[in-house]
Order: sequence, then C-alpha cells, then structure tokens
Amino acid sequence: MSKGIRDKVAIIGMGCTKFGEHWDKGAEDLLVESYVEAIADAGIEKKDIQAVWYGSCNDEYSFGKSAIALSQTLKLPFIPVTRVENMCATGSEAIRGAAYSIAAGVHDVCLAIGVEKLKDTGFGGLGEVAANSGLKGKLILPSYSGPGGFALLATKYFAKYGLSAEKGKEVLAMVSAKSHANGCLNPKAHLRKHITVEMVMKAPMIAWPLGLFDCCGVSDGSAAAIVCRADLAKNFRDDPVLIKAMQIAASSGEELMYQGSWDGSYVMTGAHCAKKTYEEAGIKNPREEIDMMEVHDCFSITELVTYEDLQISARGKAPDDVKDGFYNLDGKIPCQPDGGLKCFGHPIGASGLRMMYEMYKQLQGKADKRQLKDPKIGLTHNMGGVPYQNVVSINILGL
Amino acid sequence: MVGIVSYGAYIPKFRIDRKIIYQAMGWFDGGTYQPGEKAVANFDEDSISMAVNSTYDCLTDIDSKDMDALFFATTTAPYKERLNSEIIATACDLRNDIRSADYSNSVKAGTTALLAAIDSVKAGSAKNVVVAAADCRVAKPGSSQEEFFGDSAASLVIGEDNIIANLVGSHSVSYDFPDCWKSSTDKYHRQWEDRFIRTEAYSKFILEAISGLVKKTGLDINSVSKVAFPCLYPGDFKKIGKMLGLGLEKLQDPMIANVGYTGASNSLMLLTAALEDAKPGDKIIVASFGSGSDALLFEVTEEIEKIKGNRRGIKKHLAAKKALTNYEKMLAFRDILPVEKGIRGETAGTFTSFSTVWRERNLVMALYGSKCQACGTPQIPAQRICVNPDCGAIDQMEPYKFAGRKATIFTYTGDNLAYTPSPPAIYCIADFEGGGRYWFDITDADLDAVEVGMEIEPTFRRKYKDDKLGMHIYFWKMQPIMQ
Repeated sequence: MSKGIRDKVAIIGMGCTKFGEHWDKGAEDLLVESYVEAIADAGIEKKDIQAVWYGSCNDEYSFGKSAIALSQTLKLPFIPVTRVENMCATGSEAIRGAAYSIAAGVHDVCLAIGVEKLKDTGFGGLGEVAANSGLKGKLILPSYSGPGGFALLATKYFAKYGLSAEKGKEVLAMVSAKSHANGCLNPKAHLRKHITVEMVMKAPMIAWPLGLFDCCGVSDGSAAAIVCRADLAKNFRDDPVLIKAMQIAASSGEELMYQGSWDGSYVMTGAHCAKKTYEEAGIKNPREEIDMMEVHDCFSITELVTYEDLQISARGKAPDDVKDGFYNLDGKIPCQPDGGLKCFGHPIGASGLRMMYEMYKQLQGKADKRQLKDPKIGLTHNMGGVPYQNVVSINILGL
Repeated sequence: MVGIVSYGAYIPKFRIDRKIIYQAMGWFDGGTYQPGEKAVANFDEDSISMAVNSTYDCLTDIDSKDMDALFFATTTAPYKERLNSEIIATACDLRNDIRSADYSNSVKAGTTALLAAIDSVKAGSAKNVVVAAADCRVAKPGSSQEEFFGDSAASLVIGEDNIIANLVGSHSVSYDFPDCWKSSTDKYHRQWEDRFIRTEAYSKFILEAISGLVKKTGLDINSVSKVAFPCLYPGDFKKIGKMLGLGLEKLQDPMIANVGYTGASNSLMLLTAALEDAKPGDKIIVASFGSGSDALLFEVTEEIEKIKGNRRGIKKHLAAKKALTNYEKMLAFRDILPVEKGIRGETAGTFTSFSTVWRERNLVMALYGSKCQACGTPQIPAQRICVNPDCGAIDQMEPYKFAGRKATIFTYTGDNLAYTPSPPAIYCIADFEGGGRYWFDITDADLDAVEVGMEIEPTFRRKYKDDKLGMHIYFWKMQPIMQ
C-alpha cells in the first residue's frame, strides 16, 4: 500500500517575480527572474538540476506546445524537461510532476517553474474561452467567460442558502476587501490598493452577481521551486519546507452531464480532493490543525465556497466565518496572506507555485509585514476550469 | 390525392414599431412612413435557423424519418454553395436517403418549392415532402423596404395520407419582370420605380394566375373562403380582390401591419394563417408574386381538426413578441452598423473545423446525445462510458434526441465580459426533463426575467458567423418556453 508523498520531498528554494502588467517583459524574462531567485535561494547551480517540470497554459512561448521554450530560455544542458498544462492549476501540476519524480526515487533535485503572459491578448480577462476549448468545444459551448462560469456557482449558492443578491454580494465583498488589505502589504503583488465593502458592491457588473472587485487580477508573472529528496534537504539549507500532501482531482463529468447529487452550490472536485489531502497529511481536524492558507480566489465566490469544500467552515456557514474575521490576517486561519489571486494576480501557469511561495516564506518566517505568528502547517488550493468541470489541486506544506 | 399534411411557422420574437425606424431615418425620405410593426430576426437568426424552427413546429406530431424530401425556399440563403436545404434537413433529423433542394432567386420561390413538392408526391417519387420557406431580407437604411420587410418562416408537409387540405389545382405565370434584383455580390435588395411595379406587374400577375386557376378548375370564386396573396401595395391589394369579385373579408390578412413583407416565406406564411382558421370544406387559394405568380387552390378536409391547436403556427408566434425599441440594434443584428466588438469580439468565432462539424453533426445539428441502455440515463454530448457514477457501463448507448425536450434552469448568469453581439451573454446549466444536463446559451430572454427553475426549451440558432472563411455555424440555444 502506497503511503503517498508525505515528508518524502522538500522545497529548498523558491522564486517569484512581481506579478502585474509587465508590458516590457516577455515570458522568457519572467522565467529567468523566478529561476534566478529560486536557485540562489536554494544555493544550487544549474548543474545540480536533474529534471524540470514547466507549466504554461494560455500561450505557446517561442516554439509551440513543448518544453523547448523553457530549456532554451534557461540554457538547460540537455536534461529532461516536461511541459505541463492543467488550466489554472498548471503551476501546481508542475511541482507535482517534479515532486513525484523525487518521491519515486528517479531524481534528487528538480525544478518546477510556471509562467504566464496574460496581458498580451489585447483585452481584459482571460482569452476567449469558448473559442479556446478545442474544435468540438467551440461548436457547442456557450459564449462564456471565467467570471460567468463562477457566477453560475454564486447564483446557486445564494439560492441554496436563501441569500438575497445584496446580502450575498456583501459577504463576497468582505472576502475581496480582506485580500486587498493583505495585498497592500506585499511589494510583489499586482493590485496594492485598499478597497471598501461598499466599493466592491458598487463596482461595475461583470457577470451577475459578480462585479469587478469580485474578480482577480489578470497578470503576468512567473514562480519557481527547487525540490529535493527530504533526506538531502538539510544539505542545502537549515529551514527546508516539507511537502505533507499533494493531491489533485479532476471532474468525472457528473457535475455537468448528470442530474445527480451535486446541487451546484459547491465544487465537487474540491470536496473530494480535500478529503484525500487530509488523509495523506494525517490531518484530522483542519479547522484546528491548519495555520494558514492560500486558496484559489479567482473570484470571491470561489474563495467563499472553498472554505466549505476544505471542511474549515461548515456548509452554509462560511459567510459567518467571513463576518467574524476568521480568515483575516489576524484571524484564526489567515487566508490569502499575500493578497491571493485577487491582489497578487493570476498568471495561470504560475499561480499554484506562487501560493506555495507565500506558504514557504511564512513557514520560514520571511514574510516581512505579512508574517504570521509561528505557522507550522500551510495549505494551498489551486483550481482550474469552471465549477462544473475543473481540476482542483490541494497541497499541504509544513516544517 | 395529394395535399397538405401539416403546417408550421416561425416568426422571430423581436418586433420593431415602424415609428422607431422612421424617427431614425425619416429625415432622408419623408415618404417612407408605414404604420404598424415588423418582425426582426435576432442576431443569431437567419433564414436557415428560422426554417429549422418552423419545420420543428410543422413536424410536432409527425416522425421526421417519414419525410422523403426537403425543399427550402429563400432569397437569403446563407450559403451560395453548400446545400442550405440539407443543413435544415440534418437539423430536422430527416433520413439521408432523401432529396433536398434549394429554391431561390425570387420571392416567388416559396410556391415554386411547394409545386415541386406536389409534383414529387403526384409522380410517386416521394410520399412526404417538407417545404420550408424563410427569408431575412436586408434593406438599406432610409429605404421604404427597411420598414416594409419582415422576417419569418413557414413550413408545410406535402403528402398523400392524412391530408388536411387537398390540392384542387394550380396555375402559374412566369415573367422576367425586373422589379427587384440583387447581383451575386449585393448585400441589399434593389428595385425599380414603384409605379412600374404596381401597374405592370403586381396588379396583373396575381390576377392572371388566379384567373387562370379559376378557369382551369371551373371554380365558383364565391365558394372560396380565403384568398391569400402578398400585399405589396394596399390599394392594389384590395383592387386585385375586387377584380376577382372578392370582398375584403375573403382576403387573408397579409400581416404587413404586424410582421411585414416576408419575401419567399410570405405566401406560405399567409397560407398557414388561413389554414389555422379553416374548417373542413373550406376552399383556400394561395398565390405568390415575383417574376410572375403561382396560384394554388386547396380544399380543407376533416383531418384539419386533428392538428388544430397542436402547433405554434402563426397565432402563438404573433403573441410571443418582444418589443425591439432600439433602431441601431436592428442595424447591428444585420451587420449594417459595424459595432466596436473589441479585440475579444474580433477574435471570437474564428476558424471552424468542418471535418469536426461533419463528425459531430448529430450533436451539433440535431442535438443528439445518448441514452445508457444499462441504467437509462440520457446524456449530452453522447458518451461511450455512462456518466452516471453508479453505472459506468461501457458502449451500451443508444442515440437520444434532446431537440424538442423541455428543460429547467439549474443555474444561470448574465455575462458582460464574454463576447456576444447582444450583451449580456445569458447562459445556464440546463436540466432536461427525463434526464440529461448540459450548459447552453439562452437567447430571446431578458436577464431580469430569468431565474433558477425556469422552464426553457431548445431553439436552433446560428452560433457564430466567420466572415473571413465564409462559414455560418449553427447550434442549439435555450429560450424561455413559448406559451
């Protein structure tokens, strides 16, 4: 019986660029920046890297759907490079590949790196999603957008728990306002501006009931991690961070194509994935055992529902926890201490690694103004797709 | 015997008050004003989509697999090459061992197709033929045609069994009369002087065709219940009736005041309206106009009682209307007014794989999914492995058609970010009655009126148009159930 990945792999170095609108930088520039920071942080050289997992999702940089964009940019010396893509969970998928290779005993030191240049499309938001859903998908999918896909979740959540549009939007606004407050403390965040609940509620409507401030930043950026065998980690640094669990779940089709148990008010993959993650990490009571987290707040509703999918808030009770400040920087489980997708920004291929970057820095006590008091266990939750067909990656990091 | 077995119609929901058009463009030609309103196809409709929806109405209680041919009449065929009628036949789920043909290039084409269908049945080469006529003509802003033209479709099944109206006879006249024309590259209709058309053609050809019909069939014109023919000029319309010895009450309302002059679909639309009100024994004449005229005489049978009320036909479509209060929106829907779509809109709907369209034609055109024979779960798109988590049977599927099935809204949104020619993009996850779930665009709806649990139904629409590659791509959307 396999025991999973718990404590087999350590993160010994990480890098993350400032996220934002890098009009003057290409994907290659961003990759170099996160890579240079990561190897310096790990204290290794290029020759120490045995294999690489590279995540990018939206565009093909330089040379098609392959690893070549990365290997040529970093001048990697003819080593294995795997390109992965799994929508907005691409960054998590990259480190999963690298960590699994180490856990399998194939490699000792690997690089996981993700990048996205979202600001080269010529318009706000992500690319035209229906048109990018394959030759069959574009024939049948509605004309939808990311916020629209998640608005379908908000509609259902509000309906299930009897929240009026105003009450529901107010709770969502508190989620966004909290992340903006955190993002202001972070020099690498994309959006560093305080907002009020009132501003969120009055913002232009993007996809009913989600307004502008319910949506995350659309950004350029890159993040990278050096992973190695846990038993070798102390050779590189005194404070390596251990991977306690690393799970990912993909939709079975049940949500979108079957009138089954799913009521549309939560994310099935998230709920399934959380259960497996806690089993792997040995966590019995997440509300008590998790110290901090970075979740996939592509939209405010996603974060709200994720509190419940992660079994931290009871079903239907996340709004109460939000109002109580449970997830604030000074709350019981601070969520999005770095500003989250909302304010740090969301370059698709990098976001999963960016979440780990914050947990890693917090665990090492290097999170500057955002530093939490003595955290031991951090969780990242990274989701790709729409609430009814998606992948959810949940990971636990600890000392 | 040969005759009409069924009728159906489609009139787009949008109606624009002609005052709105006149207020916008009357400055140019003060003489264009016409009273009433006209039907305007939504941005996602064209002659093919309207013909599909009217044919579904026509085949409400008839098996589409019993049809042996489909003839399509229009002057606004989306494709010049690629058989428009076969796109309709595929969407309407007809067999493949059939004939399909496009009848075009004259607004008389509706009756030309009808006569061809009658001849096919008479000759014994087909038992049942669908005739679908639809038009969506574009006139230049400021022209009187802009106010006059309306959009609609009508469909008939011509056959030899279960006839609701027997064909008694027909008479045709054909003239190369250059009243109106479009060259192969023209977007807009052109026409010669009205007085020339009125005196030399309109007031003569219909009269000549109907007179010929009366003579040929030995008909006592006083025994006719209704005569249906297009109204191009109200004065001459009445005069034609008078010349035939018919009082105004015998003339079928030409629906100019509430739909408009609907081109190639006009005569069949008027015939459908006449049939809706007909009782057994009624005699109905329908005549067309355009490069001559065809006149046909039908006698209604007892069978008509069986289909009455089973179709949306003209009346229900007339009632299910939504006011279009914005003139510029009408222009944008027809690509007359170039709207700033932004880069997102400019790059949406480009490149379609026709080999994928062909392979997926049952899904894309006729909204087929599959039904698991092991657990009975309908699913769309068709699956090889059952989506029911408690089943998972492999390759035990049978085809299952979702077109024509009601659904309810599981969840929805109105999206201002996604590109659509008519924001917001409203879409939903739909739960079909009897099982099956998928997400669809919602059309012909106001966001304020959409809610979870609302009843909806599929409607055939143009999903997008790729002007660069000249492709018109169709799929099904959801619309609020028409009462």
